[in-house]
Amino acid sequence: MSILVDNDTRLLVQGITGSQGAFHAEQMIQYGTSVVAGAVPGRGGQWAVGNTPVFDTVHEAVATTDANTSIIFVPAAFAVDALLEAADAGVALIVCITENIPALDMARARAYLDSTDSLLIGPNCPGLISPGTAKVGIMAGHIHTPGNVGIVSRSGTLTYEVIYALTARGIGQSTAVGIGGDPIKGLNFLDVLQMFEQDSGTEQVVLIGEIGGTDEQVAADYIRTEMSKPVTAFIAGQTAPPGKRMGHAGAIISGGEGTAAEKIEALQDAGVAIARHPEEIAELASKNI
Amino acid sequence: MKLHEYQSKRVLADYGVPIPNGEVATTPAEARAIAEEIGNPVVIKSQVLVGGRGKAGGIKLAGTPDEAEDVAAQILGMDIKGLTVKKVLVDEAADIRSEIYLGAVLDRGARRVAIMASSEGGVEIEEVAAETPEKIITVHVHPLLGMQGYQARQLAYGIGLPKEHVGAFTKIAQSLYRAFVESDASLAEINPLVINGDNQLQAVDGKILLDDSALPRQKQLAAMRDPDEDSPTETEAREVGISYIDLDGEIGCMVNGAGLAMATMDIIKLYGGSPANFLDIGGGAGADKVLAALRIILRDARVKAVLINIFGGITRCDEVANGIVEAINSLNVKVPIVVRMVGVNEDEGRQILADSNLPSANQLSEAVQMAVAAAKGEGE
Repeated sequence: MSILVDNDTRLLVQGITGSQGAFHAEQMIQYGTSVVAGAVPGRGGQWAVGNTPVFDTVHEAVATTDANTSIIFVPAAFAVDALLEAADAGVALIVCITENIPALDMARARAYLDSTDSLLIGPNCPGLISPGTAKVGIMAGHIHTPGNVGIVSRSGTLTYEVIYALTARGIGQSTAVGIGGDPIKGLNFLDVLQMFEQDSGTEQVVLIGEIGGTDEQVAADYIRTEMSKPVTAFIAGQTAPPGKRMGHAGAIISGGEGTAAEKIEALQDAGVAIARHPEEIAELASKNI
Repeated sequence: MKLHEYQSKRVLADYGVPIPNGEVATTPAEARAIAEEIGNPVVIKSQVLVGGRGKAGGIKLAGTPDEAEDVAAQILGMDIKGLTVKKVLVDEAADIRSEIYLGAVLDRGARRVAIMASSEGGVEIEEVAAETPEKIITVHVHPLLGMQGYQARQLAYGIGLPKEHVGAFTKIAQSLYRAFVESDASLAEINPLVINGDNQLQAVDGKILLDDSALPRQKQLAAMRDPDEDSPTETEAREVGISYIDLDGEIGCMVNGAGLAMATMDIIKLYGGSPANFLDIGGGAGADKVLAALRIILRDARVKAVLINIFGGITRCDEVANGIVEAINSLNVKVPIVVRMVGVNEDEGRQILADSNLPSANQLSEAVQMAVAAAKGEGE
């Protein structure tokens, strides 16, 4: 079992003819994901990797192929247009890989998305994977193994590091969701934790956070009051200086808010086991089995 | 990216916010000429991108053009928190009757722009928030509707503004919001917004931070960048697409991915070392970028060891290994380099390193401990 993506996922790749889109479409097909269509304006009628039909519009792609999930690989200047098009066409789950989308564009897009039934993951994220079933993202599939640990993370390669350590210990994953490093995004820690709590295939959760904002504190509140499954966490950026943006648009300590220390304290108060380094996550998670 | 006070106030003035008469000077003679033109007492304000300019002696009054020249001579060239003052703003001095705070910031939790006002202007808003939070009034603007008049009036009445100023304040608050949105700001502050001797509202100081992701479409604002905002190394790194931040430790770090880079710094600290920098080579970096990154790291004389941590994916381990070997052959490397790489093409990458007699580690914690030992001169 898993959340968000599984054998019923019918994936549309927006930007499938670009170098990133083509490469990752192929990787996702190889992993076993059902890639049913591509959408690129002006390329309708062509065929892309793996004999995937390409459509000019998302509406056409959905009408013809019943795509229910979309992944976006288009440049930042066109990415908001692409995700609004997907929402307007009724795509249930939209995963936006694109980075460097202006925050105010995301504020407007999110305000519109909230009035639709579509869910958004990202932007500036690696996507998500239900090991052995479906990969909708850019992560290396082979480091994952099926199992019952749910993963939710703001980071990319740091998540791979944790999954690598889990897999090395024989601890499999139900779904790993990379929610992205931007200040305004789609699904947050809280939303994904709620899904893991409901998922019968997930027995425990690993949360990977970082400096900036208060999303980890909001998650801690939910874990303390509502969550029955054990949670292990790692927070990156304990040595980060205030006022400096550490790569991700959202990773900044500003106005004394968003420090790793306050996030760790909130999570510890909620009974979450805190790992001191990524390899220790696997060690702590193994105690919950 | 940060704008200077004079740049921020000009942006605000373009949207109709009243600001004092003033001009920027780079020499004492220019400051004198501006003061003569203004014809009234002026305030000379250092233009550096740090807070606490006043306390550091970087803001002073001058009653006459002679005095303006003298004061500008004192302030120009002054060192404020490590930055040299190269420009001063010469503004007509305001006769301040009361000081208000007005600011706009992206509230990530609410996913909206928050507009805040306070009757306690002229001090840091964080201070007010800590001591008298009830004196800050906040409204959140719907991104698809924009700032409404009633919201601006809520702020005005909320801070107890005298009735005669409510109309002007409402206009200024809505102008601030428009300036924020159309500039793609992440913060825009007027502090203080004063009621002056003519009983008019005026923005005496202003500060704008821009969303870096929006700079490609904000070409005019992007061109205002002060190269002194970042260290020369940070600027050089940005130009080659590397995310780099100077720290003051002794272990140079090169990592792919921001989260993993932060985590690597944290683990160095955990094992008793200290990171010299944050460095993310980004996704899919080739050998040339790795070479550029190592050149940047090794230029820092404090670096006593280098730790390279790569989790291959879009970034291929063999490409990174080639870049490392190239760097060792072309740069004069005097410090030990510890490499840890796993993921796509890790075997090829390790072979390339082994052929050049460079050891590599599998486990992250093992690699970090090796780097910490090497930096302390305990390496083999």
